[in-house]
Amino acid sequence: MLAYLIRRLFAAAVMLVVIIMVVFGIFFLVPKWAGVDIASSFVGKQADPAAVEAVRQKLGLSDPIYSQVWEFFKGIFTGRTYSGGGDVTHCSAPCFGYSFRSEQAIWPVLTDRFPVTLALALGAALLWLLFGLAAGVLSALKRGSFWDRGAMVVALAGVSLPVYFTGMIALAVFAFGLDWLDAQYVPLADSFTGWLGGLILPWITLAFLYAAMYARITRATMLEILGEDYIRTARAKGLREPVVIRKHAMRSTLTPILTMLGMDLGALIGGAILTESTFNLPGLGQAVLNAIKTQDLPVILGVTLITSLAVLIANLVVDVLYAVIDPRVRLA
Amino acid sequence: MTELSKSGAAVGEPTVASPAPSAFLEVRDLKVHFPTDDGLVKSVDGLTFQLEKGKTLGIVGESGSGKSVTSLGIMGLHTAGQYGKRKARISGEIWLDGTELLSADPDHVRKLRGRQMAMIFQDPLSALHPYYTIGQQIVEAYRIHHDVDKKTAKRRAVEMLDRVGIPQPDKRVDNYPHEFSGGMRQRAMIAMSLVNNPELLIADEPTTALDVTVQAQILDLIRDLQKEFGSAVIIITHDLGVVAELADDLLVMYGGRCVERGPAEKVFYEPRHPYTWGLLGSMPRLDRDQQERLIPVKGSPPSLINVPSGCAFNPRCPYADVPKDNVTRTVRPELTEVGSKHWAACHMSQEQRERIWTEEIAPKL
Amino acid sequence: MTTQRTSGRRKQALAAAAVVAALLTTAACGGGDSDGDGGGSKNGAAGFDAANNKVAQADLAKKGGTLKFGGAQDADSWDTTRGYYGFMWNFSRYYSRQLVTNAAEPGKAGAGVTPDLATGLAKVSDDGKTYTYTLRDGITWEDGKPITSKDIKYGIERVWAQDVLSGGPTYLKEVLDPKGEYQGPYKDKSKDKLGLKAIETPDDKTIIFKLPKANSDFEEMLALTSASPVRQDKDTKSKYGLHPFSSGPYKFQSYNPGKDLTLVRNTEWKQESDPVRKAYPDKITVQFFSDANQLDQRLLSGDLDLDINQTGMSPQGRTTALKEHKANLDNPVSGYIRYAVFPQSVKPFDNIECRKAVILGADHVSLQTARGGPVAGGEIGTNMLPPSVPGAEGQKYDPYKIAGENKKGNVAEAKKALEACGKPNGFKTTIAVRNNKPVEVATAQSLQASLKKIGITAEIDQYDGSQTAGIIGSPSNVKKKNYGIIIMGWGPDFPSVQGYGLPLWDSDYILESGNNNYALIKDKEIDGLFDKYVDTLDDAGKQQIATDINHKVMEGAYYLPFVFEKFVNWRSSRLANVYTTDGYSGMYDFVNLGLKSSK
Repeated sequence: MLAYLIRRLFAAAVMLVVIIMVVFGIFFLVPKWAGVDIASSFVGKQADPAAVEAVRQKLGLSDPIYSQVWEFFKGIFTGRTYSGGGDVTHCSAPCFGYSFRSEQAIWPVLTDRFPVTLALALGAALLWLLFGLAAGVLSALKRGSFWDRGAMVVALAGVSLPVYFTGMIALAVFAFGLDWLDAQYVPLADSFTGWLGGLILPWITLAFLYAAMYARITRATMLEILGEDYIRTARAKGLREPVVIRKHAMRSTLTPILTMLGMDLGALIGGAILTESTFNLPGLGQAVLNAIKTQDLPVILGVTLITSLAVLIANLVVDVLYAVIDPRVRLA
Repeated sequence: MTELSKSGAAVGEPTVASPAPSAFLEVRDLKVHFPTDDGLVKSVDGLTFQLEKGKTLGIVGESGSGKSVTSLGIMGLHTAGQYGKRKARISGEIWLDGTELLSADPDHVRKLRGRQMAMIFQDPLSALHPYYTIGQQIVEAYRIHHDVDKKTAKRRAVEMLDRVGIPQPDKRVDNYPHEFSGGMRQRAMIAMSLVNNPELLIADEPTTALDVTVQAQILDLIRDLQKEFGSAVIIITHDLGVVAELADDLLVMYGGRCVERGPAEKVFYEPRHPYTWGLLGSMPRLDRDQQERLIPVKGSPPSLINVPSGCAFNPRCPYADVPKDNVTRTVRPELTEVGSKHWAACHMSQEQRERIWTEEIAPKL
Repeated sequence: MTTQRTSGRRKQALAAAAVVAALLTTAACGGGDSDGDGGGSKNGAAGFDAANNKVAQADLAKKGGTLKFGGAQDADSWDTTRGYYGFMWNFSRYYSRQLVTNAAEPGKAGAGVTPDLATGLAKVSDDGKTYTYTLRDGITWEDGKPITSKDIKYGIERVWAQDVLSGGPTYLKEVLDPKGEYQGPYKDKSKDKLGLKAIETPDDKTIIFKLPKANSDFEEMLALTSASPVRQDKDTKSKYGLHPFSSGPYKFQSYNPGKDLTLVRNTEWKQESDPVRKAYPDKITVQFFSDANQLDQRLLSGDLDLDINQTGMSPQGRTTALKEHKANLDNPVSGYIRYAVFPQSVKPFDNIECRKAVILGADHVSLQTARGGPVAGGEIGTNMLPPSVPGAEGQKYDPYKIAGENKKGNVAEAKKALEACGKPNGFKTTIAVRNNKPVEVATAQSLQASLKKIGITAEIDQYDGSQTAGIIGSPSNVKKKNYGIIIMGWGPDFPSVQGYGLPLWDSDYILESGNNNYALIKDKEIDGLFDKYVDTLDDAGKQQIATDINHKVMEGAYYLPFVFEKFVNWRSSRLANVYTTDGYSGMYDFVNLGLKSSK
């Protein structure tokens, strides 16, 4: 198990380096080939040539690409100092770049916004697992019943309706119509109830979408598992049906669900752009959206890296959990 | 209104009030039908047999002949995995040690499962849960029916593994199914079924998924264990060879019905049904040359929805035209006694069958 | 795929315009609603257009309370030197003062300049080259220290440090140091870093500007935010915008870029030292949204008071607002003109008759509809000088009868022009349009449709809207891509023909990159008029020149104006002393907004 873990960790580290290089290439090399001046996208409109030149100098954009990647790498561990035009800007480690548009280091932006996204993703995941699994299992056990058909129609709606639609409806009804919730994000440190009140609608909206997907997958997987020979064996032992479901069928059903959960959480932690935008949650997704609007390349780069990292970690966790659940994986 | 409910209650009583049989296991006119969108699948359509303790019954037939459904019916597992699908219809009687199972409380039957009657499945790899160790699965089986702590149960598991011939059972008990070889897994499966000393053991194609050499070992093991525990055993197989040495009685099934049943040596040496002849012809024999060994039964198993009229075997039977007046295609033959405790369902006369067997079939085998 | 989506957008735009028009009609017919259309009650909204170019509910303003802004976009920078967004200039008056500033008056009067830190307007020498100001008493920084002439000079010098402080307007640099001799304060070798020769500070209360060449708009330039004082010891260079040191009635309490901004009272600021700012509320908050619909919802629900961006509500919110809360809306002219421009480098637009053919053949009503209709889009534009700029004549000057008999497009006249151009059967060309502005794409499609009727086949090229400077700002690229028609818009930096038209029409402003003279106008007469304008010091003379320039531009047929843009802006019922001002292109004058209740 330990060897397995070390192997996985090593693979993840290598992957991360590759990702940084690829992402860096996309953001710095591709525009260069396309003949776009990256430096000008770092400064505002009516850019003075002197300003563009200064940015080029500060960022070392005229250096060869490998040394730029190296500088970026080094910055993560040792911090980085940008200087040009008589101005010195220090970006302390871990330096994931610096936004010359909003004049702030990327890392603090990421750490400031990460908890919001994390809270959104985890809270929603909890809800959708709870309701998605319950609905899926019940549907599978009562296949073809009124409940099953009803749940699957709702699930279909959940899967097909976009978040910004359900989100707007939820806001219009609960926040602005009935005035039950303020629907305004409040940091956890300020007020727990305010925090909860601000996140409830986003949680439900996001969870609705995913619960629908999970219910469908759970139902399909459960039905498949229930047809497995080892379930018949469990029954042949004289086990009560609830025990058969809980102990034998559920554990197997969880395996594909876990894979999905890992990927979904990883992606969401990188920023639930639509949900955060609809509910104005100051998370990573909103940061990246703003960055795209204002062409703030370093922020986009930073969030992309963090997203990759999150997906990587999520996959790692899933791999490990997989090994815990399925003993066959440990050997592979 | 009260009167009506009274009479309603009376209707709910078992309509067949036949007396409890003397045999340990007696199946009477068992029918298992599955309604589907295409029609009613008559998987088992009127099956009757008895089995005494300490005896072995072999049920033989092609896949789809109803043998597995019969065994699941006895175990009360015929509805298993049928969630939401239309429920199987089962009728007839299954008496186990004086209790009629089909009309009994399902929870009572559940308690009998694993304890009084146990089952061994065809493919031990898929029949064992991949996420639990062999030990955990045996311990679970034991503790359902015995109120003991885990340690005791585990000791019992090791003991059972030892008994079925698994080396280093105290170590192997913590292994997962995928860490066992095919033969070992089937031994473990047997250990699990026998952990509660069941009085009835049903082995459904216990050796089909195994190597030829391992097959013999497993069959030997079942025989030894039967002697030791004194259980009644049903071995279900499509391969007559498997039960040749093991079974006391044989029951040949075709299209959901019994076509021939009797003491094993009778069915083997004086078979009285053309389908049994076919089975014997397709039986691999080590003392014969590869080329001439297999004489398969031509054609494919009958549809269980539209069972051929008359004798279900008639489309495949080379002797269908031997009886007069096209009777094989219009009248369904009933089981008739063709010898001591030996029954067969065929329209041909005793003489015709004896003649064909001795003149045409036996020399070729 | 792309065409389908854009045509969907266009339909949306048209549908929205139709809805707005319908709503206005019904309202005009007396379609009553709870808010009423009248003068407004004491606690309710002031009424439709009640604050447009006039002051609404001035006497209801109370001291105190929290004024709540929302916005879909943060400022480019809150650094007074670096900000270029109009709303940033308007908002910056909360925390920064200048020698002179725009008058705190509604409408046209707001475009005038009034003394702020200075005791009066400049004493200007006869040759128009020397401007002298004396500072008021009692003007202080947020730490209580007095604001000196040297602080003002230093603040202005920062404009020269474009390599560090990029983004803001550079008019002062061009006027005071046209040869670019000064290197900016960060590279200034002198001890006090006040090496700019064109500004003298003989004492702390006096500041003298010496222009190498007169410019009649110089005082307008000093009213720009980029002329604000900055104290040297508080200058954090590129990071100054995160927390500018306040010289105004409010100071930064907290700022999270893209998230929120909170200003609180600067207790060192004294009301009697400031003739411009009323500073009613105690606190000012700004919350930024990534989704404009969210912002509109919060305005409608009363959670927020107004939109800091002041660029009009989005179609959805606008429709609801017009239906249910009309009395909370104003419909000001934004100062922007939306238009199509014809680069003369692209054939056959080198021929004036071909340019005229497009102007005459276009269906101006449908272009207006694509822009959002008369209310959300604006009145049909008939010439190139925004109504808020002195010298403008509005729709009265309509040389091509765009809003008159040719408003649906005059096919016959257009064909005549084509014949004169030597292209009687029409020609092929390309319309360049930003891909991130759905409304502009809709206008391009509308134009494409009406050009088809006169035989001109126009292809639409949607380019990356964030790369405007490099794509349409590069004349060589425009020629290469055959962009015969470019869809754009322009608003004045300050309300004068110089502040609006110089970069568009003067031949000196044709640049290889970042060019705004898209038509490549090289007209000696126009250049001469601009030269004459900077020397002319009297307002009447300046206005006449502005009118003349506008006429010259229109006679050259370089532009097809679409609309004199209008917005539908929201004002909450809590607001008092609200008015729009031409000084900030039809926005509300932020710094004098008050609340009706201090709660």
